[in-house]
This record gives sequence, C-alpha cells and structure tokens, in this order.
Amino acid sequence: MAGPGLGSGQDLWIISIALFCIASLLGALNFITTVLNMRAKGMSLMKMPLTVWTWFTTAILALLSFPVLLAAGILLLLDRLGGTSFFIPAGLVVSDTVIESSGGSPILWQHLFWFFGHPEVYIAILPGMGVASQLLSTFARKPIFGYHAMVVAVFAIGMLGFFVWGHHMFVSGLSPFSALVFSILTLAIGVPSAIKTFNWLGTLWGGKIRFTTAMLFAIGFVSLFVSGGITGLFLGQTSVDVQLHDTYFPVAHFHMIMGVAAIFGIFGATYYWFPKMFGRMLHEGLGKLHFWLTFIGVNAIFIPMHLMGIMGQLRRYAESTEFKFMEPLQPYQEFVTIAAFVTAAAQLLFLVNFCWGMFKGKKATENPWEATTLEWITASPPPHDNFGGRELVVNHAAYEYGVPGAPRDYVMQTDPPLESAK
Amino acid sequence: MPVAIAPPEVKPETEREDRLPEPGGPGGGSGSDGGSGRWGDGGGRRLRPDSYQLGMWLALASISMMFIGFSSAYILGQGTNSQWRAMAAPPFVWINTVILLASSLSLELARRAPAATELKRWMTLTCLLGAAFLVGQLWIWRLLGDQGIYLSGNPHSSFFYLLTGVHGVHLLGGVAGLATLTARAWSSAPGVPARASLNVTALYWHFMDGLWIYLLVLLFFWR
Ligand SMILES: [Cu+2]
Repeated sequence: MAGPGLGSGQDLWIISIALFCIASLLGALNFITTVLNMRAKGMSLMKMPLTVWTWFTTAILALLSFPVLLAAGILLLLDRLGGTSFFIPAGLVVSDTVIESSGGSPILWQHLFWFFGHPEVYIAILPGMGVASQLLSTFARKPIFGYHAMVVAVFAIGMLGFFVWGHHMFVSGLSPFSALVFSILTLAIGVPSAIKTFNWLGTLWGGKIRFTTAMLFAIGFVSLFVSGGITGLFLGQTSVDVQLHDTYFPVAHFHMIMGVAAIFGIFGATYYWFPKMFGRMLHEGLGKLHFWLTFIGVNAIFIPMHLMGIMGQLRRYAESTEFKFMEPLQPYQEFVTIAAFVTAAAQLLFLVNFCWGMFKGKKATENPWEATTLEWITASPPPHDNFGGRELVVNHAAYEYGVPGAPRDYVMQTDPPLESAK
Repeated sequence: MPVAIAPPEVKPETEREDRLPEPGGPGGGSGSDGGSGRWGDGGGRRLRPDSYQLGMWLALASISMMFIGFSSAYILGQGTNSQWRAMAAPPFVWINTVILLASSLSLELARRAPAATELKRWMTLTCLLGAAFLVGQLWIWRLLGDQGIYLSGNPHSSFFYLLTGVHGVHLLGGVAGLATLTARAWSSAPGVPARASLNVTALYWHFMDGLWIYLLVLLFFWR
C-alpha cells in the first residue's frame, strides 16, 4: 500500500523505529538502575538535583511506553510483509483495488500508537522542566520553591500520562463514557502542571536574579509552558476538541509546548553547561540576541496559528485556497511563513556562537555560575574520570542558595556541614 | 524485531562480575554506597549485586508491556472481528510446555547445586531443554503449515504465530545467555559462574516460562 518504490522505504522506516525503541529501552534501564543504585555517598534521593529527578521519571516513561510502540511496529511490519491484517480493515479500497484483509482494526493502531504517543510528549518535555528548575534556582540565587512538591508533581505528571491517550481519539469513535474518563484524567494533569508553574514563579519571587542567556531561556521555558500548556485544557475537553480537531489549533498547541518549550530547555541547558563541556564560555551578547529573536519569533509563528485554528484553518492540506472559508486566512499564512523563516535564520546566531565559543570563547572556571551541584566542583572540561579520583561525599541538598550563616551565598553539595547546623 | 533483549543484559555483566564474592547474595544496605569506588572506567569500581537483579526486573517490566500491547490487540480482535475462527491447540504444544517447565526445574536445581560438578550438569541439561523447546516450536509451526494454517490465514492463527514467535525470540536470547554461563562453568578452573549472573539469568528464564503459560491461556482458554 504505497507508491512504487515507497514500500521498502516504509519497511526500513519501521525497522529503524524498532531499533530506536530497543535502544531507548536499554538507555532507560541503565538510567533507572544507576539512579537507584549508584549514587555518590550521602546523595539521598531527596538531595538529587531536579534534573536527575526529571530524567529518572522520563526513563520510567520510556521503559514502559516504548515496548508498546515496538509491539505496534511489529504488527505493522507483519501487515506489510507477512500478509497479516492486524490493522487493515475488511473491504478497504486503495486506488480502485480492494485490499485483501481478514478484518483488522485501524483504530487499534491509534490506541497502540497513542498509548506510546502521550507518554512520549512527556519524555520530551520533562527534562526541560528539570533544566528550568535548576537554572531558575541558580540564577535567582534562591533554593527551588517547594522541592518536594516539584518531585511529586513530576511523578504525578509522568504517571497520569499513561492514562490519557484517548484524548487524541475523541473523533475516532470512542465510546462517550471512555471519552469522559480520558477527558477528566487529562484535565487532572493541569493540577501538577500548575504546581510546577507556581513553584517556578515562587522561586523567582524576591530573588537576586542574574539575567544570563541561560536564565532567559529558562524564563522563556516557563512562559511557553504556560502559553502552550493552557491550550491543552481546551483540547482535553471532548466538546471543544470536536470543533478544534484537525485544525491549526492543536498544531500550534503541540509545537508551542512540546516543540518550542522543550527546545528552550535544550538551549537553556546548552548555554548553562557549555562551559563545563568545552571549558569555554559562550558569548553572552550574541546569546541574548539569539534568545530575543527566537522568543519573539516563536510567538509570532504560533499565536496567529492558534487564531487560524479557531477560525477553521484545517491542517494537512497542501493548498488551502481551494476552500472559500479558508481564503481570508491567507494573510495569516504569509505572516506565519515569514516569521518561521526569520526565526529559523536566527538560529544561525546560535550556531556561530557555538562554533566560536568552542575555540575562541573566554576560558571557563570550575564554577562560572556559582552553582551548587556536583558537576561544578570538577574542572571544566572534566578530566577523564570526571572527578579526578576524588571520593565525593554529599552533605547538602541540591539548591542551597542564600543560606543564613554560610560563608558564601551558595553552599555546594559537597561542602562540609555548616557550623550552625551542628 | 524484538531482537533478544536478554543478551545485552547478560553479557556485559558476566564479565565484570567475576570480582563479586560468590554466594554473598543480594540484599545489602540501601541506596548509597555506589560511589565508594572510583568513578572512572578503571578497575576498582564495585557494583552491588542487586543492580543486576533490579536491571533485570526493569527489563521484565518492559517486556511485559510489549506483551500487554499484543494482548490488548488480541482481545480487541477476538471481540470485534467477525472473521475470527479459533484454531485448536496443536497437541504437541503440551509436550513442549512440559519440556519448558522441566528446563526451569533443572535450572533451579543448578542454582541450588552444592558442588560445581552438579551445577555444570544441570546447567547443560537446562540448555538442552531450552534448545529442545525452540526446535519443538519450529516443529509445531511446520505441522500447522502442513494443515494449511499460516501466519496470514485467520486472525487467530496470525496471533498464534506472532505470540509464539516473539516469545521464541526472547527464549533464544535466554538460551544464548544460559549457554554462555554453561560454557564458562565447564571451561574456567573454579567451575562456578558468578552467582549474580546465574541468578539474573534464572529470573529471566523463569519469567519466560510463566509468560509461556500466560500465552497458552490467552490463546486457547480465553473466551
Ligand atoms: Cu496527549
């Protein structure tokens, strides 16, 4: 069921996805075991940086959702090569020929795919949440607000993510009762998400904020998490989703939160850990220009796209001028296209900064950001065995900034216990 | 493509594990002595034995999720597909089941063997029984083919080939792991493979055993 020559491409694509599944599984297994069994001395679970907590949760999601995609991939491959019809419905007609089938179910594919697909969006966004937490705390010079609540919220988001896949299938012929259950569970994710947002703002509140490029991207992440996440509450309700389904609205929602917010997490992390990776600093001025162009650019792309979706612009059409009701939206299309090109071009600034910084950037010290976590006690870049044979003993929680009685405004995790605490 | 998820777990650990104290079983303190050695790839790093146990449990959770995916597809097809015609269980399946259960028993006897010589013998028997099961499975497929029951015929036969096939690939990985341990038991001077490797492989093998029983119930008794 493909054009000439396209079939083998699809087979190879499915096989490569299967390999990707297995690789992700092994990586997740390694990560979970390492976090649970191989921490530094004194590093209790509740002293771990939130970056580690989010990666840990991500690994659990990957461990349990990728095998289902693998199962779906095997079924799909057998449908294509083994003559089975797990997904091919009876009486399917493609290009005027009836496809032979013993009565499979295409909806089954949707179920299996989205059972993986929804956890997968959290696999993409959770590490970004960890990075944002780390950066906001470091550059606001304050402990993260509500560390325990953050850990619980991350876990709640991860676990709830397994029970909401049906919200992608409200128009696929789901029973109204299960649609209601999926809808309620989906909206419930708003609660831990709101806890996280509140805690990020609480971390910023009254802080001595250092507006580095990394910090700007972390704040940008929070902004995009709110503006991209809030529309999820629209789409999670069956009655609203029926109207908005397959328009630009979910496209804009999805790209705002899972695409751009996650990428802001990656950018923030790169600006923050670049000195540790390469021993040199990135150029801050160029970085800030990159941030502002990107931040304004993505909003210029996706805010109009939300509006277009509400006005009925359908997705997956090569040409929208064929439909009378989409014609007035053409100026929006053009604006979004130009904004997309400008935003893409702005990424060249990052590329230049990255290449320049690797060879010509200012030399980085061990701890240029005055941060507290373990990676900052070793040289930049770290020696071959990370800590030069030192045995680490962790005495402090992950984000001890501005502790009364401490000699500096930050206490590193490996610093000796404070006098006042004894 | 469920290419044996077992071997990657079994192999790297058997190499490092020789340093572990032999019967010193799992269950030490909790959580935080992992960093007691150096952090490099160098020699002195100690891994706690139950890291392997934990890793294997996680792998089994993952494998279970894959079979849950298949099971939901099966139950949906059985409930909604009007062309579903259930095939009868080939009689040879029951003989094969006995072979697989026997392999678990002999592996358990190997694990509890007091002396190295007995351990070697039980391990070898386990390998042979595991291989016999796989050959038996191929034989069952051939018999079915002779009756005109193929992968592509009926939804139920599709699922029979699919589930037994994916289970077989996992068992193949298990046999490879067992064979490695057995070969080591015969060749190395002390004759006893590292305890933790054996325990973790046994866990995998018994799980595959239980999975097989589950699949039989799903395929032939679930209505
Ligand atoms: Cu979703």
